[in-house]
Amino acid sequence: MKPKQYLLWMAAAAAVSISFSACRPKGAGSAVSGNAAQRTYVPPGQYDEFYNFVSGGFSGQMSVYGLPSGRLFRVIPVFSVDPEKAWGYSEETKPMLMTSHGFVPWDDLHHIESSFTDGMPDGKWMFANSNNTPRLARIDLTTYRTAEIIEIPNTGGNHCSPFTTENSEYVIAATRFSVPPDGPQGDVPISSYKQNFKGHISFVSVDKETGEFNIAFQLKTPGLNFDLSSAGKGVSNGWLFLSCYNSEQAHTLLEVNASQNDKDFILAINWKKAEEYFKAGKGTKQTNVRYAHNKYNEHTHSATHEIKTEVTVLDVADFEDLAYLIPCPKSPHGTDVNPTGEYIVGSGKLAALIPVFSFDKIQKAIAAGDFESERYDGIPVIKYESALHGEVEKPGLGPLHTEFDDKGNAYTSFFVSSEVVKWNVEKLEVLDRQPTYYSVGHLMVAGGNSKKPYGKYLVAYNKITKDRFLPTGPELCHAAQLFDISGDKMELLLDFPTIGEPHYAQAIPADVIKDRSLKIYDINANNHPFKANGEGDARVERDGNIVRVYMTTIRSHLTPDVIEGIQQGDEVYFHITNIEQDWDMPHGFAIKGAGNSELLIMPGETQTLKWVPDRVGIFPFYCTDFCSALHQEMSGYVRVSPKGSNVALTSYAGNK
Amino acid sequence: MNNRHRIISLHRAILIISGVALLAVIALPIWRIELDAAQYPEGLELLIYSYKLDGHVDIINGLNHYIGMKTLRADDFIEFTVLPYLIGIYGLAFIVVGFLGKRKGLYILFAAFLLFGVVSMVDFWRWLYEYGHDLDPTAPIKVPGMAYQPPLIGFKQLLNFGAFSIPAIGGWIFIASGVLLAYCVFGEWRIAKTWAKS
Repeated sequence: MKPKQYLLWMAAAAAVSISFSACRPKGAGSAVSGNAAQRTYVPPGQYDEFYNFVSGGFSGQMSVYGLPSGRLFRVIPVFSVDPEKAWGYSEETKPMLMTSHGFVPWDDLHHIESSFTDGMPDGKWMFANSNNTPRLARIDLTTYRTAEIIEIPNTGGNHCSPFTTENSEYVIAATRFSVPPDGPQGDVPISSYKQNFKGHISFVSVDKETGEFNIAFQLKTPGLNFDLSSAGKGVSNGWLFLSCYNSEQAHTLLEVNASQNDKDFILAINWKKAEEYFKAGKGTKQTNVRYAHNKYNEHTHSATHEIKTEVTVLDVADFEDLAYLIPCPKSPHGTDVNPTGEYIVGSGKLAALIPVFSFDKIQKAIAAGDFESERYDGIPVIKYESALHGEVEKPGLGPLHTEFDDKGNAYTSFFVSSEVVKWNVEKLEVLDRQPTYYSVGHLMVAGGNSKKPYGKYLVAYNKITKDRFLPTGPELCHAAQLFDISGDKMELLLDFPTIGEPHYAQAIPADVIKDRSLKIYDINANNHPFKANGEGDARVERDGNIVRVYMTTIRSHLTPDVIEGIQQGDEVYFHITNIEQDWDMPHGFAIKGAGNSELLIMPGETQTLKWVPDRVGIFPFYCTDFCSALHQEMSGYVRVSPKGSNVALTSYAGNK
Repeated sequence: MNNRHRIISLHRAILIISGVALLAVIALPIWRIELDAAQYPEGLELLIYSYKLDGHVDIINGLNHYIGMKTLRADDFIEFTVLPYLIGIYGLAFIVVGFLGKRKGLYILFAAFLLFGVVSMVDFWRWLYEYGHDLDPTAPIKVPGMAYQPPLIGFKQLLNFGAFSIPAIGGWIFIASGVLLAYCVFGEWRIAKTWAKS
C-alpha cells in the first residue's frame, strides 16, 4: 500500500469515529433573548411591577420578592422560628408557634394563596399551610406579619391547602396522609389502613373584616391522599376539586404500591351543599380533638394561644349529593380550575397525557346518573369520558401544576422532562415549550389562579440548580426562573435563587397593595400590658425572682442604660418599647449570654426578651440595628450580683 | 518451510502488535453508554469493561427503578468471568499466529475472531433487550408500549433520557484489530492467488 492509500484509510477511520459523536443531539443549553437584561432591570430607587409572595417550603417561611427584578424584599417568619426577627423567641410571639403538641419551632410551609374577593386577589392577606404539624396561617399584608395560625385536627400532613373559595369564604385544609381520626381509638395496626384510616377536608371560614379563622366543618372521606385543590370560580363557584392519589389505599412503600392504578381521582365537592348540611345541623360534633388557635394582636403587640376541643364532621358517604369522584390518570398532583371556572385540569404526575374535565359535563353526568357501576367507598364515580372535555396528547413527562393566562392558555410544569409547556385550554393544543433549569415543581402566572389573570409573567420554581450558580458545597439553592409570557413564545428572562424550597407563589400588582403597607405602629394605640409610657415611665420592678425592665429606645439611647440589683438566677424580662414614631426606625436589643435571640422592635411597638443571668458580673446590652450616627453609643450595662445579695435594685439613664 | 504458506513480515508485525493491543483491552473499557437529561447537564456514563461495570452505575440503577428496570449487578453477568480469558486467548492467538507466520493459521484466526465479534455483539444486544424489556409490572412509571432498550450503537431517546451508545477505547482497539486482521487476510489472500497462478 502506498503512503497516499494509508492516509486515505486513516481519514476514513477518523471520519467514522467523528460521525459517531456527531449523531448525538446537542443539549438544550441556556436560551436568553437579547434584551432580557433591560426587561428585568429595575433601576435603583424604582419599584417593581409586582409583589411576588413565595413559599419557603422547608424553611417554614414566606418570602417577598419583586418582579421582574427578582429582588428579595423580606422573609416573613410563619411556621419556623426566626432569631433575626425574634419570631418564636420574644415572649410576645412564642404563643404563635404553640400547638396541641406544645411549642413547635419548625414546619414545612408549602403553598401560598391570596385572599380573594370575587375571584381576584384583594390584597388583604396571604394564606399559608404547614405540611408537617398541620396548620393554616394568615399573613397580614399591612404589617407583613403572621397574624394567625390554626391547627387542623384529624389530619396527617396538611398539604392540600390553603386554597380558598372565590370570596375566601373558606380556606381549605386537607390531609395528604390519611390517618385515623384523632383520639384514643387511633391506636390501630397500620396494616388496617383500609378499615381505619380516613381523610378529612377542613373548611376554615375567614371573617371578611378581621380575617379570623374558624374551622366551620370537616368532611370525612375514604383514606385517600389529598394532594392539591382548587375551588371552582365563575360557573363552578360553589364547588371544590381535590386531586387524590393512593386510591390503592396502600400503607407501605407508596412509591410502588400507590402507583398501581391507572387512574386515581379528582374529588369534586359541592361545598355550598356541604355548608347547607352543616348549617342544618347534619354534622356530628367531635369533642375528642385538640387543636391550637393562635392570634396576634397588633394593639397589645402580643399573641394569644388557646386550645380548642370541638369540630363538626360530616361523612361524605352519608350524603347523596355532596361528593363525586372523577377518574384521573395517574397519581394526579395539581388540579387547577381555569379562569372561567369551566375547565378542571388534572396533572397526573405519572401520566402521559393531561386530562381536562368540563364542569358542564360533570354537572350533566351527575344529573344523568352517569356513574361507574361500583361506588368507591360509598362515593359515586363519574365515568371518565362523561366528565372529560379532552386530553392534551404528549404534553411532556411528569406534569405537576397548571396556571392560566388572560388569553385562554394554560401553562403546565413538567418535573421529569424539566420544562414549562404552554397549551390552549379550549383546543388542547400544545403551543410552546421551554426548558427549565432544572426539574420545575410549581409554577406561577401573575394572577394565574384568579378569574382575570394579569398574565405577563410566569415564574417556574425549580428543585435542582446544579450548575446554574457558583457552587456552594453539597447544599445548593432552589431557584426561580422568570419568563415573559406576553408573546406567542415564552421567553426566559431571569434566574434567581430562593429561600428554602419554593412551592406555590402568588404575584399581585404592586399598585393593588403597596399603599396599604403600614409605616409605623401608633404608640398611642399600643396597649401592651408592659409598655413603658415614655422615658419617664422607664423603670425596673422586682416581684420575687421575677424582674421586669420597662425600657424605651429612641435615637440614640436605651432608658434605663444602667441597671443594678439583678441577682444570678433571676427571671429578667426586658420589655422594650420603641418610642420612635418615624418610618424605618426600628431598634434592636441584645444582651450577653441570653439563651434566645435579639429583639427587633418597630416604632411604636413593645417586645419582650427573657433573660436568666447565669453568673455574677457586668453584662452589656446594646441596640443591634444600626439606627443612627450614634448607634454604637446605644448600649448599657446590667450588674448581676449573687443570689441574696443586698445590692439595691436601681436603674437610670444619664447622671442620677 | 515453504514460502508459499508463509505470511509476509508486515502482516506478521501487524498481528503481533494487534495481539498486544488486544491483551490491553482486558483492562480497558470496551463500550460506553452515555445518558443525558435536563437534570443531568453533566451527563451520566456507564462503562462496560471485560470484567466489570464502571461509571455512574449506582445513580443509573437509582433512576432505573422508577421504570422497573432490573438493577445492574456485575455478578449477574457470566461474561465478566469469561470475557477476560477469551480476550486474552485471542490476544495470544494473534501473537502466536504472527510468530508462526502460517497463512492457514491466519485464516482460522480470522474466522474465529469474526465469530467472536458477532457472538459478542449478539450477546450484548440480548442483554440490552432483556434489561430494556423485562420491566417490573409494579413499577411506578409505566408508559404503555414503552421499552427502554438502549441502542447497541448510536442514539435513542428513552423518556427524559437520551441514551448514546458507542465503543470505548477497548472497543475501538477490538474493532481496529478486526479491521487490521481483515486487511492482513485480504493481503495474504491476494498473495496466495498470485502464488496459485505462478
